[in-house]
Amino acid sequence: MKAFEYTRASSPADAAALAAKTPGARFIAGGTNLLDLMKLEIETPTHLIDVNKLALDRIEETSDGGLRIGALVRNTDLAADKRVRRDYAVLTRAIVAGASGQLRNKATTAGNLLQRTRCPYFYDPNQPCNKRKPGSGCAAIGGFSRQLAVIGTSKACIATYPGDMAIAMRLLDATVETVKPDGSTRKIAIADFHRLPGDTPHLDNTLQTGELITAVTLPKPLGGKHFYHKVRDRASYAFALVSVAAVVQKDGTGRVAFGGMAHKPWRVEAAEAALPKGAAATAKIAFAGATPTHDNAFKLQLAERTLAAVLHEARG
Amino acid sequence: MKFDTPATTNPIDRLKVVGKATDRIDGPLKTTGRAPYAYERHDVAPGAAYGYVLGSAIAKGRIIGMDLTAAKAAPGVLAIVTAENAGKLTKGNFNTANLLGGPEIEHYHQAVALVVAETFEQARAASSLIRIDYARTKGRFDLEAEMANAPLPPPGFGGPSESKVGNFAGAFAAAPVQLDARYTTPDHSHAMMEPHASTAKWEGDQLLLWTSNQMINWGKGDVARTLGLPKEKVRLMSPFVGGGFGGKLFVRADAILAALGAKAAGRPVKVALQRPLIANNTTHRPATIQRIRLGATRDGKITAIGHESWSGDLPGGGPETAVGQTRLLYAGENRLTAMRLAVLDLPEGNAMRAPGEAPGLMALEIAMDEMAEKLGMDPVEFRAINDTQVDPEAANRPFSQRQLIQCMRIGAEKFGWAKRAKAPGAIREGRWLIGMGMAAAFRNNLNGKSGARVRLDGKGVVTVETDMTDIGTGTYTIIAQTAAEMMGVPLETVVVRLGDSSFPASAGSGGQWGANSSTAGVYAACSMLRDKVTAALGFNSADVVFEDGHVRAGNRSVALAEAAKGGELVAEDFMDYGDLAKKYQQSTFGAHFVEVGVDAATAEVRVRRMLAVCAAGRILNPKSARSQVIGAMTMGVGSALMEELAVDKRFGYFVNHDLAGYEVPVHADIPHQEVIFLEETDPTTSPMKAKGVGELGLCGVGAAVANAIYNACGVRVRDYPVTLDKLLPGMPAFA
Repeated sequence: MKAFEYTRASSPADAAALAAKTPGARFIAGGTNLLDLMKLEIETPTHLIDVNKLALDRIEETSDGGLRIGALVRNTDLAADKRVRRDYAVLTRAIVAGASGQLRNKATTAGNLLQRTRCPYFYDPNQPCNKRKPGSGCAAIGGFSRQLAVIGTSKACIATYPGDMAIAMRLLDATVETVKPDGSTRKIAIADFHRLPGDTPHLDNTLQTGELITAVTLPKPLGGKHFYHKVRDRASYAFALVSVAAVVQKDGTGRVAFGGMAHKPWRVEAAEAALPKGAAATAKIAFAGATPTHDNAFKLQLAERTLAAVLHEARG
Repeated sequence: MKFDTPATTNPIDRLKVVGKATDRIDGPLKTTGRAPYAYERHDVAPGAAYGYVLGSAIAKGRIIGMDLTAAKAAPGVLAIVTAENAGKLTKGNFNTANLLGGPEIEHYHQAVALVVAETFEQARAASSLIRIDYARTKGRFDLEAEMANAPLPPPGFGGPSESKVGNFAGAFAAAPVQLDARYTTPDHSHAMMEPHASTAKWEGDQLLLWTSNQMINWGKGDVARTLGLPKEKVRLMSPFVGGGFGGKLFVRADAILAALGAKAAGRPVKVALQRPLIANNTTHRPATIQRIRLGATRDGKITAIGHESWSGDLPGGGPETAVGQTRLLYAGENRLTAMRLAVLDLPEGNAMRAPGEAPGLMALEIAMDEMAEKLGMDPVEFRAINDTQVDPEAANRPFSQRQLIQCMRIGAEKFGWAKRAKAPGAIREGRWLIGMGMAAAFRNNLNGKSGARVRLDGKGVVTVETDMTDIGTGTYTIIAQTAAEMMGVPLETVVVRLGDSSFPASAGSGGQWGANSSTAGVYAACSMLRDKVTAALGFNSADVVFEDGHVRAGNRSVALAEAAKGGELVAEDFMDYGDLAKKYQQSTFGAHFVEVGVDAATAEVRVRRMLAVCAAGRILNPKSARSQVIGAMTMGVGSALMEELAVDKRFGYFVNHDLAGYEVPVHADIPHQEVIFLEETDPTTSPMKAKGVGELGLCGVGAAVANAIYNACGVRVRDYPVTLDKLLPGMPAFA
């Protein structure tokens, strides 16, 4: 870990302005991912801007019947919120499927969206990694890739986005609200928030330098049955091999998003039209053009079968 | 004291303290955080500086340039130790690779530098400023590719590398029912909670080393040898060890570098290996490829049994002795075993809990399940009819005790084995396919010379001192029980002091030999102390009884404390062994039963119930023995379902080198576990009549789980771990 300066931000706009004018600055909230990465010198910020004291920790109802979740709402609190449990159960289920109780007590809504990949080569500074060190190469390609992406990959990177919460957010068509260094605000559709790696895998998302997430909003509830089925190598405390977030209506229509498959939460709206026809038809469209490795080709079959289990339960 | 004839009745047989389920006497220290571990010895080594180990970035090659300038100038840095400035270091007798690498690099994350600084953060930050130029050379990292270059190694810890009885090839070819199958087990990491850690302090030319180590006497010797010191100038202290599993049998880089760092910095230094270094810097259980051939008559008698294993290690290393149990577990007139060893440039392999038997039984006990199915026999019956009461390779050697059949029968009864469906895939509850599996458990008993010193003071307090370690196993408690039984005092009157090389050398903790060996040493010392007490109190009767804090013969009864009124009585002795272990085959036996559910859609496996039945001599403390066995069963679930060090065959290292990547079971993976110990005393092992259980509990668990998975879903996986990706291609369509 490199020595760093520490500042406590006084307002979201001040935090963004400070971050923009301070090279090497990073925001810190729960720190559950950033601090680990700093210890390994994968992240080497020279300045940490602590946003924990900003009053962004409330969940409020919006005028159009949705919810506005403050950036600093802790995972535990979000998952436990009565309105979330009642109207957005997929979100609660996704959150409690991730990490551990202790981590969820610290992790924030915004921070969780920014969780970085768990690719083991990203985590070993001795190995080439275009995400950690642009231009150095990708050791994961041709290496141990069981956990890694099967679709939307590039020649530069096959990392996956590791989180659970964001898969549900993507399913629910959430919107990320930010403040920019000039004090202006913007709204980013969750579909446009995470990026595919392309030839710039060091960029996980579309935030600009200094831009700070202030809230995530959910549109009005979808109804239907909510599912988050996470499949992993042990029963708890592991990243998903594959996860399926779904909302299924009585008539068999619905939405589905997948975790563990790509560099971002994977949702193909065109595939959802096939949901009434079943898992195979849906997966065929959702994963058309997939580029798995020898190690992770099983994820395609697993995703389809996991979706089949969800649809089976939805009918039951 | 020499143990060379089977034990007769002795004071231990009273079983007033020994054999009773007893809470750990060190439990309160641990639960209140007062048990001092090696990295937190500010009580005895105040002002310690922090050392941080830098591991090699390549697996094989040379350091061609090392620039310490920036690191030396970094804030707080006190010293940097490298091979260039460390002076002459001699490789330890128990190490395969050098603990400080350079210029030659023998494996990934081999230590190449120690940075010593005022704070841990400063040491860590400075270590990343060391600039190293490496010249890589080509290494051998793929066991499969090296199978053809794997000769039979010289005899070692696991005996000869090959054994042959009768005519295996002919009998196998002629057998009406045959099985010829290949199994693989991956590299495993010990992944103990407490990393390897040491605090070093020099007092003149005397080195004091608080370290986390299972084998104090081996460790003292290897520290002295590595640093070129006389043995008497080295003192190791390891009173508490936060898990070892064989990974701390040997001195590792933390100990040597702490000593060198403390010398260089002129003050105490402490070093803990950071988690990412555990997998590649220390030892691991080597991967195996195993071929098993079984030939049997149609009524299930094994006529030919062949087990060959391939593993790899660095030059000078040894094989994983995966065929050992096959020499002893089942009858069969024609036999073949062989262990072949390839050179691999991966980190060094060595013992991990139940070395040999753990991976060997993972393969053999699937093979037995497969053969039972071919024969149309129940797996328990098939094993039972191939039982043997003598060493199958030497019929004149009986087993001292062998209750394998009893373990299996009682286990089958208690577990409800009769409800197991013969055909796989037959039982479904909702989305879960349910199956049962079992496996035999086998692990040899080993005895080692072990010494102790016992003191009696004027208050009647008995203090035991031995360099024996408690690696979480419960040693403190069984030693206290032994001394209390021998001296006729309550447990609370016994003080146990462990893990200090200034105490008499013990057998140490490893190979499940610790419990019987170390308590036998305490028995020897207590026997001598009893004689001294008897003499001091003027008893001359042979039938003197030590009981309730008193010494009694006939009508005369004197408080034990009286014997030490004139000054402390001290007795020191050791137990050494004759050839009973040669005359008798001493082994421990068990049977594991497992029920699993396999998700019909995702092929996720959940263990639902587990039972172990163990026959392992006298159980000294049923409570801590049970803890040992359920811990081992948990480890067995890990090896069955998830544990695997993933090898990058291009760069030559274990990729998943942290506890996020190297998965071990969490609470949610472990269901109700039951353990039954059969009544057994083994007079051939020691006056304690005990054997070990800490490794037996692991042996066979992996195969029992794999067999249960097969019974549940009909997919036979022969390559561990049995992860869902290996099951999916064979799973029935989900509907």
